[in-house]
Order: sequence, then structure tokens, then C-alpha cells
Amino acid sequence: MAAHLKKRVYEEFTKVVQVSAEGSELCRVTPQQHEDLSAKKLRLTKPSKSAALHVDLCKATSPADALQYLLQFARKPVEVESVEGVVRILLEHYYKENDASVRLKIASLLGLLSKTAGFSPDCIMDDAINTLQNEKSHQVLAQLLDTLLVIGTKLTENPSVRMRLVEVACKHLTDSSHGVRNKCLQLIGCLGPVEKGVAKEAESQAAKDVQKIIGDHFNDQDPRVRTAAIKAMLQLHERGLKLQQAIYGQACKLLADDYEQVRSAAVQLIWVLSQLYPESIVPIPSSNEEIRLVDDAFGKICHMVSDGSWVVRVQAAKLLGSMQQVSSHFLEQTLDKKLMSDLRRKRTAHERAKELYSSGEFSSGRKWGDDAPKEEIDTGAVNLIESGACGAFVHGLEDEMYEVRIAAVEALCMLAQSSPSFAEKCLDFLVDMFNDEIEEVRLQSIHTMRKISNNITLREDQLDTVLAVLEDSSRDIREALHELLCCTNVSTKEGIHLALVELLKNLTKYPTDRESIWKCLKFLGSRHPTLVLPLVPELLSTHPFFDTPEPDMDDPAYIAVLVLIFNAAKSCPTMPALFSDHTFRHYAYLRDSLSHLVPPLRLPGRKLVSSPVSPSITPHEDPSQQFLHQSLERVYNLQHLDPQGIQELLEFTIRDLQRLGELQSELAGMADFTATYLQCQLLLIKALQEKLWNVAAPLYLKQNALASAAAKQILEETYKMEFMYSGVESRQVVIIHHMRLQAKALQLIVTARTTRGVEPLFGMCEKFLQEVDSFQRCFISELPQMQGSFVDKLLDLMPRLVTSKPSEVVKILQTTLRQSTFLHLPLPERLHRASANIIEPTGESDNPLRFTSGLVVALDVDATLEHVQDPQGTVKVQVLYPDGQAQLIHPKPADFRNPGPGRHRLITQVYLSHTAWTEPCQIEVRLLLAYNSNKSKAATKIAKSTWNESLEALPQPENGIEGTIPFSKPVKVYIMPKPARR
Amino acid sequence: MPEIKVTPLGAGQDVGRSCILVSIAGKNVMLDCGMHMGYNDDRRFPDFSYITQNGRLTDFLDCVIISHFHLDHCGALPYFSEMVGYDGPIYMTHPTKAICPILLEDYRKITVDKKGETNFFTSQMIKDCMKKVVAVHLHQTVQVDEELEIKAYYAGHVLGAAMFQIKVGCESVVYTVSMHSSSYRCAAWIDKCRPDLLITESTYATTIRDSKRCRERDFLKKVHETVERGGKVLIPVFALGRAQELCILLETFWERMNLKAPIYFSTGLTEKANHYYKLFITWTNQKIRKTFVQRNMFEFKHIKAFDRAFADNPGPMVVFATPGMLHAGQSLQIFRKWAGNEKNMVIMPGYCVQGTVGHKILSGQRKLEMEGRQILEVKMQVEYMSFSAHADAKGIMQLIRQAEPRNVLLVHGEAKKMEFLKQKIEQEFHVNCYMPANGETTTIFTNPSIPVDISLGLLKRETAIGLLPDAKKPKLMHGTLIMKDNSFRLVSPEQALKELGLAEHQLRFTCRVHIQDPRKEHETVLRVYNHLKGVLKDYSVQHLPDGSITVESILIQATAHSEDQGTKVLLVSWTYQDEELGSYLTSLLKKGLPQSTS
Repeated sequence: MAAHLKKRVYEEFTKVVQVSAEGSELCRVTPQQHEDLSAKKLRLTKPSKSAALHVDLCKATSPADALQYLLQFARKPVEVESVEGVVRILLEHYYKENDASVRLKIASLLGLLSKTAGFSPDCIMDDAINTLQNEKSHQVLAQLLDTLLVIGTKLTENPSVRMRLVEVACKHLTDSSHGVRNKCLQLIGCLGPVEKGVAKEAESQAAKDVQKIIGDHFNDQDPRVRTAAIKAMLQLHERGLKLQQAIYGQACKLLADDYEQVRSAAVQLIWVLSQLYPESIVPIPSSNEEIRLVDDAFGKICHMVSDGSWVVRVQAAKLLGSMQQVSSHFLEQTLDKKLMSDLRRKRTAHERAKELYSSGEFSSGRKWGDDAPKEEIDTGAVNLIESGACGAFVHGLEDEMYEVRIAAVEALCMLAQSSPSFAEKCLDFLVDMFNDEIEEVRLQSIHTMRKISNNITLREDQLDTVLAVLEDSSRDIREALHELLCCTNVSTKEGIHLALVELLKNLTKYPTDRESIWKCLKFLGSRHPTLVLPLVPELLSTHPFFDTPEPDMDDPAYIAVLVLIFNAAKSCPTMPALFSDHTFRHYAYLRDSLSHLVPPLRLPGRKLVSSPVSPSITPHEDPSQQFLHQSLERVYNLQHLDPQGIQELLEFTIRDLQRLGELQSELAGMADFTATYLQCQLLLIKALQEKLWNVAAPLYLKQNALASAAAKQILEETYKMEFMYSGVESRQVVIIHHMRLQAKALQLIVTARTTRGVEPLFGMCEKFLQEVDSFQRCFISELPQMQGSFVDKLLDLMPRLVTSKPSEVVKILQTTLRQSTFLHLPLPERLHRASANIIEPTGESDNPLRFTSGLVVALDVDATLEHVQDPQGTVKVQVLYPDGQAQLIHPKPADFRNPGPGRHRLITQVYLSHTAWTEPCQIEVRLLLAYNSNKSKAATKIAKSTWNESLEALPQPENGIEGTIPFSKPVKVYIMPKPARR
Repeated sequence: MPEIKVTPLGAGQDVGRSCILVSIAGKNVMLDCGMHMGYNDDRRFPDFSYITQNGRLTDFLDCVIISHFHLDHCGALPYFSEMVGYDGPIYMTHPTKAICPILLEDYRKITVDKKGETNFFTSQMIKDCMKKVVAVHLHQTVQVDEELEIKAYYAGHVLGAAMFQIKVGCESVVYTVSMHSSSYRCAAWIDKCRPDLLITESTYATTIRDSKRCRERDFLKKVHETVERGGKVLIPVFALGRAQELCILLETFWERMNLKAPIYFSTGLTEKANHYYKLFITWTNQKIRKTFVQRNMFEFKHIKAFDRAFADNPGPMVVFATPGMLHAGQSLQIFRKWAGNEKNMVIMPGYCVQGTVGHKILSGQRKLEMEGRQILEVKMQVEYMSFSAHADAKGIMQLIRQAEPRNVLLVHGEAKKMEFLKQKIEQEFHVNCYMPANGETTTIFTNPSIPVDISLGLLKRETAIGLLPDAKKPKLMHGTLIMKDNSFRLVSPEQALKELGLAEHQLRFTCRVHIQDPRKEHETVLRVYNHLKGVLKDYSVQHLPDGSITVESILIQATAHSEDQGTKVLLVSWTYQDEELGSYLTSLLKKGLPQSTS
């Protein structure tokens, strides 16, 4: 075998030598030929990799040398076809090598090579297993087992291979080195049989064995092996093997292990078992009672929340959240805490607060010994170290490490979502967390509270604590809190009043929160109309007898109050009676200016403006949707109308669609998208309809200008269609690309007619044909659906086009373009147009931003983005200076926040600088959407199969942008760079 | 039986004057060296004459360990080392070493300068004493001498507080005053070192505290409300520990809530201490350590040094002033200035001794008689907030759970409370718990494991015999134990003989078994041979030509009985090494041969 191999390698090797010699001989041949030759040479050198390696390794005199060669070799990728050869060479050297480190490297290379995409490692498996037999070094053994693992994972479909590998692993389980045992267990975990076929009795027997084998290593003397055993068990579970309940007892013992990684893995295992067998009954040790397994496991994991290692604590706290089958009795124990002082029972601060609240007394907090302990405690009854669930969350939430606290809050959230009674109980603790010293914890608990807000009603004292956080200097915290208040239930009118007062305080302290506060009050009002009603006179400061002065309409605080009242009035018809005259006037004004915050009201003496669509209609029979489809049908069906008719119809339809988009916000994306498409079609038709096509072109520059402008516009629009809408599928992408191809054809025609001479046309034609070619490659699967289209016809004519002269090509193109039919654009399920809105800077300021020229000034930019996919990669900020200079800024990924699905928020700083100006001037700030058609969905279809993708496909951020689409309204900022003083 | 002896000289069923003598495996260690705040006579220091009546203490003590800088743990140190006389090493952590002299100096000033005592240690003595101190890092194992080693663990929020593990050979003692972090449990951490004895404080043995978060929130809310009203807040504090904690609390809150009102810190001692807090930032809690990347939390942004003139400034402000019980000094001055305005507030963050102004106003007195028969009407609000750094019962239990000691000893607490905790510990961990009074010696018997070196050859040979090594199961092996030069070695018998220069003696056991068998000798032998062959399948049973049988190395010969030819005497002989098999064979043969048909 080896001899045969060597021969093969030498053959290849000699071949290479020959060719390169040939190359040097023929260096004086014509360039054309030389190119051919070098291409040939390139192809021939490829398989010689193994040969080169072989030579290198033979040359190596010392192990260090050999190691160096191997390291160098590992840096370069190896093609699929030469992998096997390389592996053989490596194996040959492996047997010869005495140095363990070189063997180790070879073993690791074997694993790396087996990973090569497209290479099937079954041919080298036997050899790899053979190498194990005589290996003495534990490290090399471990590495070889790792290689086998790689091979095994590539051949998962083959059960016999897996069985064999598992057998090998079992054989080495008795090795004295922990590393080898570790790898063996890993191998068994990854490849152990999991199928439980009824017919295959032997298989299921083996499956049982695998669990037993792994289970035996739960008490290995090395903690690393113990961990690996548990991990292997978990791996088996992940692969679908049902673990036996019998290991539960073993796992419980591992919870008391000395090593944290073992405990951490054991917690996971217990959790898995509790999910598998929630209802089985386990006995409680040292008593005759029995409880459900899930409850027992819950108790045990709770106990781990007060473990010595914070890693285990985090793990345990996290897992608690997903144990939803646990009985409520156990669940509520987690929040239990008994305080005592000098053996006397003491009430917790929570209990005291609750009592004060129910007795209707205000917290004095002034007395010393207010919290004096009350009743005596029976010393026997106190359990200092609670076993089980008692107080697990109390511990978790008061943990020293914030990671544990966050995990506990998350778990609390998940459990509270499934159990309303628990939600009610954990409220006190969550509210407490609002004052945590770490911001992330605060934020997390606010989010949690929002998620469970359906189940809870805040007490006044709790609300008080919650509202106190409104003064936080962190914008994220405040906004999260506003969101929370949007969906909170408040129980009393005092609560509403308190919330309003605090929000107004917040508004004066941080005026930038305006929008968010208004929105918050909108929901607060609409949720609690009856609680707002008694507050109205006070809030509007009306008086039964006297007229009060009219408040300032532009005061954000006043607007805030009005938003609250108007939203409450929507479902409370008696409220408008309390309004004074100016309130009605203000209503009319706000309804117009802030229509998203002020609902339509049924006011006395005024007609309610009926909304365009009554909400009762279900989406199925939505007439607007029908209308959209009908109008599109109409366009697509009328293929053979006279040109004039088509144009008119398109124009009407486009107008209809645009109007529809304005009226129906949920259909806006769809309508805009189709309208844009039709617009492109219209432009194309218009350009082709020009009667002057047959006249010698140079005379009709104006006409050409129109056509080329149309082509340019179509190109732009197609980019917008492809990149500005989220939800575009490949079906649409084809059509869009097709349209772009047509535009390019048009461009080519126009250029051909305007330029003299053939020379420049050569290149253009070549390029165009290349594009057609790539289109064909990308969308080969879609082509059958494009019967009679431009590209369909073009591909038929392709052989002719390739051979003909540019002028002929142009002619052919022109006729195909005219004859081609117009493609039906299928609509995707959901389509949204990306949009952006710059909130800050507002562009209203008349005070120029002054700074010394040459230095920088930071401009805060705050914008909301909707339906932008991957904003971190695509959204850019553009600054346009009055001198036409444009600056493109890439915001940091951390500047984007994701407040909800499809929504993003960009809060960043833009640095401006310029030379001195004589007077202040305005710059424009806008947001751009960068795109790159290479990265688009079409391009990813061509699968890349390189050896090492991560090395080759390095991201190229700068080259990644092909063009940009502006997608927000520009905002003007007044700036004034002053000359520097000397 | 090896034993550990513990004798508290102070802090045994008592609070204050911590001083515990531990003798472990022949080493004597003194844990803490504190003073008692309740006494002004000799009783304020531990009675060092217990250690030795005459002569230097250095000869009797191997080292002294100080857990943290509170005076009841280090107050007697200069007296002990300079006046009684001790030149050995004193171990403490770096922050403790830095802050300790400040407090000692302060203590000295009050006693000597204010109370006019003589025969007290001097500033120079403090300096000399500090020269004997060896500073240790956390988790650093310090070899005091060849056998005694100590190791410090982080113990919580009092800057520099540490738990100490004292270890001689396999015996170890852990000493902890488990101070806990400001707001959270579980701050103190120790690995599962399974000491023979854990000595722990038990001040709050009968208390389970509420979360500090509520108390902190109340405190901050009160301060915030007062400041918003335009009032002034006075917070009387003691110089160290709590003051810094509150400063951080307020500083972060100011930062968080974007507040502008000034916060002042009265100068003097505290500033020096703040400086040390700044230096030892790594000893503080997670939040402070995390923020350190951006800035040092103790480089206060909002807190400035106080000047006497500031007290009359209009507008809101918060002032931290010493001393904490409002009995004298700056805090009292400010209090007198502000007491008349109901917008202002005073917050007492700790316990006040009876008779002080602090105690009076806390118990609700509204009219105070000041010196010079002035009547001061207190209109300002008076609040009480308790912040305590000691571990509660749960904290202590958790520590025990973590360390898994074999015995627990309680100190630094009241007897009655200890009794409760002791009962709980015994009940829940099933370990012995002790609570000796001052001067009472507790002896704990230990069962140390003794390490024995085994030669690799022997180990390999022995493990090769029989089944595979089963983890965590005892295994029987044969070898020779050599005890020489205070070390133990297990070697193979041959090597032992060689080393000791002894000749090998063969030891054989022989045994006669009588068998009733009328047949000829060689027939009997054949029968025996067949029988043994049938029973002992795994062993090599051979019938030798000379008429004897060998089973492995055991020899069996048969002769006819001299008197009774019907009885055959089987001679079984085996070497001492084959004792097991030999005795088995004899018992087998004694049962007689099976009646064969042949």
C-alpha cells in the first residue's frame, strides 16, 4: 500500500518538475500561448501538495524542523481532491516519527484535514484507528481520539462506523490519563447510538450500555473526567436519547462535588432529568415521604443558588426559570424569608410596607425602633440553612455578583409569566431590584416587570419606588420605565396622579424624553379612564365659578396632561363635559399636530370624523387588500393595449397605489413596492416609445438625455426595491434584477447611439454580456417562470450575441427590449419599507453650534429606524456641508438599540469639523442605507467551498459598500466654525 | 492522639478584646490582639500573663495574626509587642497594615491626651510594632516556618478584612470574623478546605437580616426628598468603614439621579482613610471594582472636603461629620446650627450610647439642654438607619457549609446567642461545636492522615495484580513500611531488606491434615490431586514425580500414619506470603475428600 502511494506521489512530483521545466523553455512564446500554459501549470501543481509535504518531511533532520514544516503546511488550505494523498503521507510519517510533539501535530492535522468540506473521511478511518494501537503518549492519544471524533461527526449517517468508533473509545476509557478519558467520553457522547428501534434489540441494548458506561465515570477520580462524563450524558440527551431516570440519584450526589465545573454540569443534568420525568415520584431521604421529581429537582437547584461558586449560582438561577411544572407551593417558598433579631420574629421591610398600606397610614420611618422585633420564636422551629426551595430567589437577588442577580431576575420573569399568583408575590422583590447598583440589573428588572405587567397591579408604595427611578440619568432606564408604565395597572387615582407628577418632573429634568413621556401618558390614560376622571378638574385647573387663565399651548408639560386626559376621555364619554372652551380648541390643534397621540373623540356639538376604515372588518375581506390585487391584475392582464393606453393605465395605477399606501399604513410597504415597480416599467415604456429612435442619434441629444435619465432612474429604483424593503424574497429579487438588466440594456443602447466609434462599445458590450451570464447563473432555477421576458429571449440569442459585433448587439437588444413582455411581480406575504426618522437634532434651533475651526464638535444624533435588517452593517450617517463636501460616518454597533421587533434606535455622536466660515450656515444630516449587491441574497446562492472559509472570507468593511440610498428626511443643523484665535 | 487546643483570652462568650490562642501540632498561634471598649483598667487588654509569667512571649508564640483593623481586634497590639514584649512575626493584610496605625494613634490620643492616662503605649511604640508586621496578600500561602503555613481569604467589606487558614501538616484551623459586604450575603468566600476547626464570630447568631437594599433605598429616598425640599442633611459618622460605604452610596446615587446639591465630608482622620480606600480598590466590592476601569470610585466626584464656613451656606447640602454619636466635635456644631429648621434632617447611621445627644434625639427628645444652660429646640427631622457589617446567622451557616469543617468553635458573641447557634450547627451539620469562655481551653482531637511515600515500582506492580484500580475504593497492597528520619516510606520487601542490610528469612507454615483413607499413599495423593484440580481451577496444581503436589508454591505431601495405616497424614507447607491460599487449602483438605466411586 505504502509503496504504491509513494509511487503515485513521485509521479505527481516528477510531473510538476517537467512542466515547470517546460515553462522555462517556452518563455519566449506569444503572450496568448503563455497564458494558456501558465493556466495549465497551475492546474498541475495543485495535487503536488502532498508531494511537497513529503519532500519537506523527508528533509527534516530534527523533530523541531519537522514541526516547523507541519506548522507552515497547516497555514495553507488543501483542496478536496488532494486531502487523501496528504493524509497518507502524514500517516506514513506518523509511524516513523519518534517525537511525540510531531506526532501530536500530525494527529491534529489529520483532524483538520478530515474537516475539509466535500471530503469523505471514511477511507482514512481504519488507518486512524490503527494508529491508536501502538501509541504510548497520552497527549497524542487524546489528539487522535479528537481526530476520530471529527471523522465520526462527518460520518454520522453510518451506524457501523459510529459503533466501531464507540467501541474504540470504550477500550481507551481505562487509560490512566484524564485527557484520554475525557476525549473518549466526548466521543461516546457525540457518537453513541441513540436510536431505539423496536426491531433492533441489540441496538437498544447498546444504547443502554452507553448510558451505563458514561454513568460509571460519574465517580471518576479526576474532576475533569467527571465533568466530561456529565457533558457526554447531556450530549446524548441533546441528540435525542432518553436518559434513564436511574441516573438522577447519581446526579444528585454530584451536586456536592468539590469542583465547580462538576457541580455546574450536574445542575444541568438534574434540570434535564426534571424535564424528562417531571411526574415520577422520588422518596425524600431520611423520611417516608415522597415527592414529584420536578419538585425535588427544583429544591436541589434552588439549594445551588447559594453555592460557593458564582458560576454555579448563575447556572442554577438561570435554570430555575425554565422549570415551569413545579408546584406552586414550592415556587412560593423561593420568595420566603424569615427574619429574626435576638431570636424574635421580625417583619421584613416588605411586610411593613404592605401593612402600612393596608392600614392606610403613611410611613413615618421616623421612629427609632420602628422595625423592632415582635414575637418570640421557638428556637426549635427555626431552620437556618434551608434545604430546598426556601428563599432561593431572596438569595439570588441579593447575591454579591451582579451576574447572579441578573440570572435570578430573568428566572423570576419566566416563572412569573406562567404563574399569576407568583407574579403578584415576586413584585416586591422586583421593585427592589429597580434600585440595584448595577445599571444592567436595573434595566433587566424593569424589562421583566413589563413582561409580567398583565398579571399585576402595583400598590401605591411600590409605584412610588418605581417612579423614583424616573430620575435616573441613564436614558435607557428612563425609556424602559416609560414602556413599563405604558402597560402597568394602577389601582388608585392617587397612583395616577403620582405617576403624572413624576413624569412631569422627569420632563422638566430631561426635556429630550418628551416623545417617550407623551406616549407613556397616552397609554396610561387609555388604560385608566375611570381613575383619571376625578382628577380632570384638578389637572386642567378649572374652577366651577371662575375662569382660569389659558395655559400655554406649547408647554410640553401641558401637552402631556392633555394627552393623558384626551386618551382617558376616549372611553369615558362624561369627561368632555368637564373641559373648558380652550381645552376644546387645544384638542382640535393637538388632534391635527400630534395625531398619533390624541385619539378621535366624540365631542358634543362636533361631528366625529369617521375614520376611513371601520375597524370591524377582518383582514381576510379587507377591501383595500382586494383593491391592491385587483389593480395589479388589471395592469398585468392588459398586455396588448396600445402604448398610450398602457401608459395611462400605469399612471393611474401608480397614483392609486401611492394614495393607498398613505391611507393604509399596514399596506404601505406593499403598495409602495409595487408602485415603484410599475414606475420603472412606465419609465422603460416611455423611453422606448420615443419616436425618435430611428433617427440618427447625435442630432437628438435631448431625447437621449431623457432616455438615459430614465435608465438611470430605473437603476436607482431597483436598488431601492432590493435593499430598502424587508421581507423581499428571491422571487422578487429575480424580477428586480431583471428590471435592472433591462435598464442596463437601455443604457447600452443609448450610449451606442450617442458615441461615435466602436472602440468604447466593445468593453460595454462585453460587460453587459457578462452580466447576462451572471444573471443566468444566479437565477437558473427561476428562469422557467420568465417565459417571453427580455432575458428569456436574450438567452436564446446568446450564441449569436457573443459572436456578433457591438453594433449588431445593440440592434438585437433594441428589438428584444421592445418585444419583451412585462413580468408579473408576485407579492410576498409581508413587506415593509425601511424608514428612518431623525428625532434629534430637530433642525429647529436658530442658535448656531459654534466651535473653533480645525477642532471637532460632537453632534448628538438620535433616530428611530423601522424595518431595517442588520442596521449595524447598513445604516450610515451622512453629513453634507454647504460647500458640497459630504462625509459618511459609520456608527458603532453599540450605538444601535433594539427596543422591539423591526424597530431600532440609533443614538450616536457625529463629529463635525470644518475650516472657518464667515457666518453660520446650515449643514444637512441624513441617514443612508448602504448596500452591496454582491452580498445580496442572489450572490449567497453560489456556495463557496474553500478549505478554510474563516481565513479566506475576511470581512472587508470598506469595500463592502457599493452604493447608498438615503432613507430619512434630511435635518438641517446650524453650525458656525469660528476662526481660531491666535 | 493529636489535638488542637484553643484558649480564648478575650472574646470567649464575649464581644470585644478578641484574642484567641491556638496550639496546633506543636505550634502556637495567637489570633487577633484586641482591646475592650467597656473597660478603662487592666481588663481592657487580654491577660498575656496566661501565655507566660516571665520571659519573652516570642519564645512561646510562633506568630500573631490580625484579621482586620477594628480596635477590638488590633487595639492591644503595641502593648503586646512593645510593652509585654514580642518580636515574632505579626501577619495582617496590606490594607489592615495601612489603616491600623491610624486607628491606634487615634486611640492613643484619646486615652493619653484626653483622659490623661499614663503608662500607655506611645506613638513610637506603634511605629515599632508596625515594623514587626508582615503584610500578606489574599490567597497567598505564607510559610511562617517549615511546617506552619497561613493563607488569607477575602472576608468582606470592611477594607482588608480577611479569614485566615492556619495549617500544620494535615491539620488546619480557619479563623474568620466573616464580615460581610454592604448589601449582599455570600461576599466572604472560602474553598472547601475542610479544616479540622473553624473558629467563627457569632455576634448576630440569633439574627437573620433583611436585605440591605430596602434600607439603602429608604436612606437614599430620605436624603433625596430633603435635598429636593431645599433642606440640609447631616449624617454623623465614625471615621472608618461605614462612612466610606455611605459615601459610595450617596456618590453613586447622585451620579445616577443627576443631582447637583453638594455633599461634604468633614476633614481630618477620614480623609486619610479615604486615601487608603482609594489605594486598596481591589479589596472592595464588585461594583466598585467594575467602575474602576472608568474611574476610581473613591475619587469622589460629588463629595468635597468640608469647611466650617460651609455650614452657613444657603441651599441644600449633605454633610458627613464626625463623631457618630453627636457627643462632641464637628457633627455637634453643625447639628446645633441646623437643628432649628424643620426642613433639615439628621440621619443617625448607627447605634448611640446612652447620654449622648444622638441617643437623646433618637429617643424622641425635642428640647436639649446644651452647655451653658442653653435650650436647643430640635425642629429638624431625626431619622435612624442601621447599617451593620456583621454576618447574620445565615451567613455563618453558609460559611460552614462552604468550608465543611470537622469542628466549629464560636467566639465574639454573647453566650446565650451562641447557645442557639451551637445547637443549630450541631443539628444541621452534625459536627461538634464549642463555645469556650475566656481562659477556658477547648481540646479538639484530630485524626490527621499521614502521608506515606510509596516507590513507583511497587505501586505499579501492586496495581498490575488483580482487577483494575477502582476509583475511590481502598485497595489492599503488600509492602514494607519504613519509618526513618521522620518520614514514612512504603517499599517492596526486597528493597527494604537491601536498605536495611538484612538477610531474608523464609517463614513457612506447615500443617498436618489427617485423612481417613485406607488406600496406598500414591493413590491418596492422586485423589487429593484430582480433588484440588477440580476445586482450584484458576491455580496451577501439579503432581510432581516424587509424589508431592504443588499448588502454586504450596507443597503437599502424604505419608501413612505410623500407627494407623488407614489414616494418611497430609503435610501442607506454605510460605508466609501465601498465607491466604495456604489456610484456604488446609480448611479445604480438613473437610475431607469427596467419596469418589473409583
